[in-house]
Amino acid sequence: MGKLNLLVVDDEPGIRSGIKRILESFSVSYPFMDEDFDFEVLEAETGEEAIELLDNYLFDIVLLDNKLPGIQGIEVLEYINKQAIDVIVVMITSYASLDMAVKATKSGAYDFVPKPFTPKELRNCLENIAKQLFLRRMTQKMQVEGKQIRFQFLSVLSHELKSPINAVEGYLNLMKDKRNGDQIDDYKEMIDRSLTRIDEMRNLILDLLDFTKIESGKKSRNIKPVDLCEIAGRCIDLVQPLCIQKDIDIHLNCNDKVSFKSDVQEMEIIFNNLLSNAVKYNQQGGRIDINLTKERGNTIIAVTDTGIGMEQGDIEKLFEDFVRIKSEQTKHISGTGLGLSIVKKIADLYSASILVDSEPGQGSTFTIKFPENE
Amino acid sequence: MLKIEKKKILLVDDDQDYLFQLSIAIQDMGFDVATATTQKEAEDIIEKLKPDLAILDLMMENQDTGFILCHIIKNKYPDVPIIIASAVTAETGLLFDVDSEENRQWIKADLFLDKGIRMDQLHKEINKLLKI
Repeated sequence: MGKLNLLVVDDEPGIRSGIKRILESFSVSYPFMDEDFDFEVLEAETGEEAIELLDNYLFDIVLLDNKLPGIQGIEVLEYINKQAIDVIVVMITSYASLDMAVKATKSGAYDFVPKPFTPKELRNCLENIAKQLFLRRMTQKMQVEGKQIRFQFLSVLSHELKSPINAVEGYLNLMKDKRNGDQIDDYKEMIDRSLTRIDEMRNLILDLLDFTKIESGKKSRNIKPVDLCEIAGRCIDLVQPLCIQKDIDIHLNCNDKVSFKSDVQEMEIIFNNLLSNAVKYNQQGGRIDINLTKERGNTIIAVTDTGIGMEQGDIEKLFEDFVRIKSEQTKHISGTGLGLSIVKKIADLYSASILVDSEPGQGSTFTIKFPENE
Repeated sequence: MLKIEKKKILLVDDDQDYLFQLSIAIQDMGFDVATATTQKEAEDIIEKLKPDLAILDLMMENQDTGFILCHIIKNKYPDVPIIIASAVTAETGLLFDVDSEENRQWIKADLFLDKGIRMDQLHKEINKLLKI
């Protein structure tokens, strides 16, 4: 059982003992946590007392009232920041004092518990924090073990995975309640949406597998001369059905063979991602050009589409994990936000550069330039 | 018979499935709903009607679309209570994901809720804000 040390700072003895009582028999458990957390509560009556305790003991969480007899809660918060004390601060406050809430947020408060609060509200808040602390500890442990998995990545990932599960669960509950009547046909739309969300989730998991393999460096690589023309041809076959649906012409331009020393799978991943983007973000009746060239020892892959294009500012964000450019035009296009960051990771393995040339409403060209690697 | 005017709630979320399910739940609570999946759609709606309350997702087109909408609504209808519902709080540990000082000054929402909130809890919070 893990213990979280919690400091309650409040001048009202009733609140302090109330919190102590609420947390006495409370522990947090999750299926993915290998241990439960419970809480060890220490009390401080004033901000000054709190600072003294913070200087001398390690706490995980501080529950901080703002209105205190001496220095105010917000000043304690500022002290914690100034000393860079690693602790999660929850302000105990009322919704009414929004200005204070904004100020506290600026100073890094994690959450607010409204006053007066119910035991349930306090437990909910601490449950979230325990989960976050668990993830943080796990991340630290993994970093110590040399595993490069970032907390941010995990958290966004859990969000991306949770959304489709929530959506499907919501539809199943509506069906269970027979919301639309007794006929299965009445639920066609809900079923279709559920299947779509599951599809998206599968794609995410597949992308994720590629991603983590590359990221961890565990993927076995088989570097030998391969013909990029042939690989591109195979990848075109994969997107062909989508091209037919959208009436898109796809052209592969290469003279004979374009040989490049690389891993076939990695090149396939690059082509698949660039081509599926070129189709997804293209217009009805559009065109895609794949140009494969050799230039002074460099091997160059360029994929040009006649799609929606994007603003210069968006291009910079494009290769970050889970980033998708959201706009009126892209909101009905599904994607995982991992495709291009995977492409970037592979390109990095070859010290290749990626150039994006794009004009909103005209189209985009993605050019990957691989330096000589003989 | 006296017709009681239902309160209107504006829901904005870019997850169309969440939006659909939320709007059913809120209609079941006895409210009228208007829905939007983008900032622009939401702006068009508030041009035409004044909702009694708005529930906004935080991260839509941009990480802070919810805040921007919140700002716009509060400017036009200062008395309309706004709930910002987000999945990011618990996930990222970031309560408000805003990057600039000015943005922070905008935070005028009446309540921040985690998207995982149970519907009966949400109902309670809505009633509280609508003073029902």
